[in-house]
Amino acid sequence: MAKRAPPGPLEYLRRWPLQAWIVGVTIFLYAPLISLMVFSFNDSKRNVVWKGFTLKYYGKALTDESLLTALGNSLTIAFVATIASLVLGALSAVLLWRFRFPGKTALDGALSLPIVVPEICMGVAMLVFFAKVLPWPTGLIWPLNLGSIIIAHISFCFPFVTVVVRARLASFNRELEEAAKDLGAGEWRTFKDILIPHMAPSLVAGALLAFTLSLDDFVITFFTAGPDTVTFPVKVYSMVRFSVTPEVNAASTILIVLTVLLTFIALRFQNPAKELG
Amino acid sequence: MEQHWTRAKGAFAAVFTPTVFWLFAFFLIPLGIVWAYSFGQNDGLVDIAITGTFKNYARVLEPLYLLIFVKSLWFAFLTTALCLLIGFPVALAITFASEKTKSWLLLLIMLPFWTNLLIRTYALMAVLRTEGYVNWGYHWLWDRASGLMQAAGMQPLGVFTPLELLHNNFAVVFGLVYVNLPFMVLPLYAALDRLDRSYLEASLDLGAGHLRTLMRVVVPLALPGIASGILITFIPALGSYLTPDMLGGPDSQMIASIIERQFKRANDWPFGAALSFMLMYLTFAAIAIQAVLNRRAPESR
Repeated sequence: MAKRAPPGPLEYLRRWPLQAWIVGVTIFLYAPLISLMVFSFNDSKRNVVWKGFTLKYYGKALTDESLLTALGNSLTIAFVATIASLVLGALSAVLLWRFRFPGKTALDGALSLPIVVPEICMGVAMLVFFAKVLPWPTGLIWPLNLGSIIIAHISFCFPFVTVVVRARLASFNRELEEAAKDLGAGEWRTFKDILIPHMAPSLVAGALLAFTLSLDDFVITFFTAGPDTVTFPVKVYSMVRFSVTPEVNAASTILIVLTVLLTFIALRFQNPAKELG
Repeated sequence: MEQHWTRAKGAFAAVFTPTVFWLFAFFLIPLGIVWAYSFGQNDGLVDIAITGTFKNYARVLEPLYLLIFVKSLWFAFLTTALCLLIGFPVALAITFASEKTKSWLLLLIMLPFWTNLLIRTYALMAVLRTEGYVNWGYHWLWDRASGLMQAAGMQPLGVFTPLELLHNNFAVVFGLVYVNLPFMVLPLYAALDRLDRSYLEASLDLGAGHLRTLMRVVVPLALPGIASGILITFIPALGSYLTPDMLGGPDSQMIASIIERQFKRANDWPFGAALSFMLMYLTFAAIAIQAVLNRRAPESR
């Protein structure tokens, strides 16, 4: 019967102007993406008018050697950068949470710099660094040739992990750690058996964040990538710079579907974890 | 209680060293070099001599570049204002939705945000270009309207001219709003969700209308959240490279585009360094203003 009752004073969502607004914003956010996905199946080069269903652009995208290499590079970079960011992020979160030391405020501020510094500034800093200080040797075997991009990605991903893990550590009961030590556990044992299990949900969340950030990044990669180390966004950029091509629609659709799946898996993963913690 | 570092030196070193090493070696030092370059000048083709000159910063103040800075600030401001206007009702709706609807609405806002930025920008290109979907729909309507008018015995409409939606300033702001909207909605929602609802109910009970309650109660109480939403949208919008590059025209360059040009094509690194540090200073100024406002806010109430 509740459904028939007039909306309560604060049930804004049940008033039609706000409902219309939400529908409008949804259309604004989703129409471009959905039309991109729908028209990836369109059998027309110019790709405006619906000419019929086809999978041929998927075939083209999936046999495009350079596109696949770029996607492989992107996934490899994201994978390695995520693992390193997790380690660094967790360590720095523990550092800031557990210890008092001179220069802590400064370090805290410096750690949030990569989050706020504009991407373009970080991109040029990495360009200069790898040109002048640490010239990355060219012609290394895969995946070592991706090293400079991976280093740059770790630098901007791990502070995000730090933020997430640190928020989680705030709810940790320090007495647990003391109890473990009283019972004879060493530093490493306490870290491994007490602290890490407590951090686990934030490590999952941080990993997903780092992975997405790395996969998503264009600007910083654009400045660190060489001709033989092209990532997916950089490749797509060079393909669509001046026109809209159906193969890119197909490749983008694959990536969107992948992202959506990952997001749903992550949400499934996080909800039970939240209840446990 | 936090532990003093001398009480567990081994553990401290184990967590301190990797973090600080990485932060310095692969972030602070690269930035430091760029900062040093901004006081240097080209010395031959590849070398840069750091001479302590302010010439590069003086060049930033030339009308040509100053205009681009002003335009970038204006675009970022416009984007932020539009995001606030569009995002506030959305955040309000999410806040007062039921638990189940709430998580779906949040997902609805977040999902495009998780999608690759390049793909989202590219999708906009397909929508806005001359032979894109918007113009296609417009053409279709135009033809129908023209046919109807002919049937009614009037002059048919003239030849269809497509709207110029891509490669201009409109497209840049449209694109910036499109990609930055989630940045605005989430902090707004976080702030509104923390509000004590009894204030709102009291205001409504005492006879204030919804709009008045909104302006006099909700907005003042949610001000810190609104401020952080503004900051979180403004900073990426100001420094954005991809959106003006792909959607903009020749006259819609933003700061990031000219920085990129100095480093890639013009090969004038010292000037590029000065430009990127000007952008950094603007970013820090925005953060500082917000910090000051935040500190002052609780006192004034």
